[in-house]
Amino acid sequence: MQFSLSSSPHNRVRRDTGQVMRMVCYACIPGVIAQTYFFGWGTIIQIALAMFTAVVTESAILELRKKNVSRGIRDYSAILTALLLGICLPPLAPWWLVVIGTFFSIAIVKQLYGGLGFNMFNPAMIGYVVLLISFPIAMSAWIPVQSMAQSPYDFIDALSTIFTGYSQSGYSLAQLQLGIDGITQATPLDAVRTGLLSGLTYSETLNANIFSSDWGWSYGWSPVALAYLLGGLFLLGNKVINWHMPISTLAGVVFTAGFLNILSPDQTGSITFHLMSGAVLFGAFFIVTDPVSGSTTDKGRVIFGLMIGFLTVIIRTYGGYPDAIAFAVVIMNIAVPLIDYYTQPRTYGHKS
Amino acid sequence: MIDAAQVISQLQQGQMFDFPGGVHPPQQKSLANSTPIAQVAEPKHLYIPVKQQIGSQGNVCVQVGDYVAKGQPLTHSNHPFSVPVHASTSGTVVAIAPHPSAHASGLPELTIEIATDGLAKWQLMPLLTDYMQLDKMQLLERICQAGISGMGGAGFPTHIKTNTHKPVECLIINGIECEPYISSDDRIMREHAWQIKQGIDILRHIVEPKHVIIAVEDNKPEAFDAMRTACLEDNGYLVVSLPTKYPAGGERQLIQVLTGAEVPDNGLPIDIGCLMYNVGTCFAIAEAVLHGKPLVERVVTLTGKALNKPQNVWALLGTPVQHLLTHAGYDSTQQKQHKVIMGGPMMGFTVHNEQVPVVKMTNCLLVPERNELPEIEDERPCIRCGLCADACPAGLLPQQLLWYSKAKEYDKAQEYNLDACIECGACAYVCPSEIPLVQYYRQAKSDIRNAAIEKDKSEKARERFETRQARLLADKQAREEKHRLAAEARKKSMENKGSDAKDKIAAALARAKAKRAAAAKTDTDTTQSTPDVSSHNSPSTDSDN
Repeated sequence: MQFSLSSSPHNRVRRDTGQVMRMVCYACIPGVIAQTYFFGWGTIIQIALAMFTAVVTESAILELRKKNVSRGIRDYSAILTALLLGICLPPLAPWWLVVIGTFFSIAIVKQLYGGLGFNMFNPAMIGYVVLLISFPIAMSAWIPVQSMAQSPYDFIDALSTIFTGYSQSGYSLAQLQLGIDGITQATPLDAVRTGLLSGLTYSETLNANIFSSDWGWSYGWSPVALAYLLGGLFLLGNKVINWHMPISTLAGVVFTAGFLNILSPDQTGSITFHLMSGAVLFGAFFIVTDPVSGSTTDKGRVIFGLMIGFLTVIIRTYGGYPDAIAFAVVIMNIAVPLIDYYTQPRTYGHKS
Repeated sequence: MIDAAQVISQLQQGQMFDFPGGVHPPQQKSLANSTPIAQVAEPKHLYIPVKQQIGSQGNVCVQVGDYVAKGQPLTHSNHPFSVPVHASTSGTVVAIAPHPSAHASGLPELTIEIATDGLAKWQLMPLLTDYMQLDKMQLLERICQAGISGMGGAGFPTHIKTNTHKPVECLIINGIECEPYISSDDRIMREHAWQIKQGIDILRHIVEPKHVIIAVEDNKPEAFDAMRTACLEDNGYLVVSLPTKYPAGGERQLIQVLTGAEVPDNGLPIDIGCLMYNVGTCFAIAEAVLHGKPLVERVVTLTGKALNKPQNVWALLGTPVQHLLTHAGYDSTQQKQHKVIMGGPMMGFTVHNEQVPVVKMTNCLLVPERNELPEIEDERPCIRCGLCADACPAGLLPQQLLWYSKAKEYDKAQEYNLDACIECGACAYVCPSEIPLVQYYRQAKSDIRNAAIEKDKSEKARERFETRQARLLADKQAREEKHRLAAEARKKSMENKGSDAKDKIAAALARAKAKRAAAAKTDTDTTQSTPDVSSHNSPSTDSDN
């Protein structure tokens, strides 16, 4: 008899890397739906473009590296990176923007470092940062909440704008950015930032028409953030992610924003404003939790999250960019080896 | 050091501790645990490996052609870390030769093959029913002579563990059996709780613990009840039920759950006042002391969906796997490839050959049907998700260990406490990238062990070389010193007796001169005197000797 041999354990949880990545993708669905509802079809097209670019780039490089291409694609890591980057881009940004960003994420940040598992940095976030620094204007061309837009767009308009710069009815991107009042609608973070810089108080900046209340709730943006929170809770519930990173990131935001708020109440955003605007909720559950580039010890994860929350609020308040999740994540990626080294858990029978 | 009184009062209040990590693999115990332990027909041939435990092997004390009785020792040794093996039934020794071993490597090991005669003629040891009156050493001797080594899987010689001079706070009896599928301890507790209790009594008499704790996982309520009933009348015994979690049955984990204390790094449970035995070992001790029977059989769970009649059986040590598979109705069409796991799905190993025998540590043969256990497809890169660290009961960082083990940075791996890994397999069980983490650690550990042996060897060789060099140098110096002293002495004596010597030389010269003068005078005498001189000076065989 020929016996088949294998090493213990002979049983294992039947949830592989591909499934984990797919679940994260599924968890994005509520957020993407909300984003599409409030900001139009552009996001879906950006995501599709990013995924296409990611799969092509990943396949080509795996082929060059003489690796098993279909196996590499089936781990869904490239698709997830593309999805996360696509979500972050302005919905009607030109097609080459997303292509460059995704190519950079996959080819440079991930594959040049050795592929899945070896990248030091969060690929989607480096892609985002590279685009933000290289093409600041295109990257800040956000679309108004569609119900408040002067000229809402449809799917065909979106396709046309992304590939040609003009919508079906001949509007340029700049025109599509106009709000119902004929002024380019700022994002909540932009509105507060510009307001504070021009000498307004925080409560005065909340008079901008994107806000619906004086505690920082904004049209469109806040519901989208909550939709991502919902997806994040799904991931937590299914134990795809641990609580450490998202909760500590949010805690970092809350503590820092709260502290600054106590110091100078009318010069800084409130806690809810910081949580409900921009990418904090999305980032805490979908970006910070990237296992490859994050800390691996429980204590380390908490430090990693807290620092990201802290840096996000600091950069938002004092830095040159309205949002800062991407910068904070990338900065903290650098610190991961150090954090991991100093936060090793105590081994059984050993003194701490 | 733990305090038994405190531990007991905590446990009585239902207060237990937890160990970090752990996993909950599907139990699958009900496959085989519902029927009583069955007897198996004697196989025609038994293959009894000479070494079945940790330690050293004994010398074979039978010859091919010898008739052996059931229970007759086949090996003998004076080495303290050795226990004998016995003929599991009566028959004739037909071979003493290497045979595939019950080990992951499957490498052949010296094995005594017995052709059984079907008579099962016993050779019992004298009964020690009055053991309470006996000297402890006598009981330890009996446990050793009965060939008992830990039956929970570790295979450590029981008499060594029991022969402790340190105070024992808690004697812990391990009836956890946390590996999925296996129910041999479950069945033996259900059916032989009284005899297990007798074995514990004997151990208690020997090691004199302050208290005895019997721990059973809460997925075995019948076994728990049986043990509780057996121990009801004894105040010194506490039977506790533990939440099911793998690997709660690991010695160190169980101590942690029961007492909250940890066995120190590089230490033994006895260092904190704990001593732990498997229930099967306790049963075997009672057999040896009260019934005079050495360890010749054990309960083996035959399970897995490729068996038509999964069950527990009393298997003679040395029974080949094939015999048991046939007994349990092995249906090979249920498998893609023949695959038999000795032990459980978490820590067991696949056997190489259908002739591999049951040994003292064999608690289970798991024969999974196609798709019952996942095929380990292909390893993917580690995504550092940390699930392994969450599952590790020893508080290690498995992904860091993997990184260093793969890169062969062993000093780094040791810095991350690779030695503390108990190879339970929880990390690999949860790994989404299907990385055989434990296999990497085993490899690393064995490399480290070999390197240490190599280093030790070269260290010894270097020492020997240096000692030799030193000795040669010392010899040389001693010789030189001796020569120097001799030369000095000569010189001194020359100086002291300088004038004397000159006189002698002068005298000799004078004598020679006188001779020559005499010779010149009497020319004719010369030819006569010469032979005389030469006979004195020339070498002869006589003078040589």
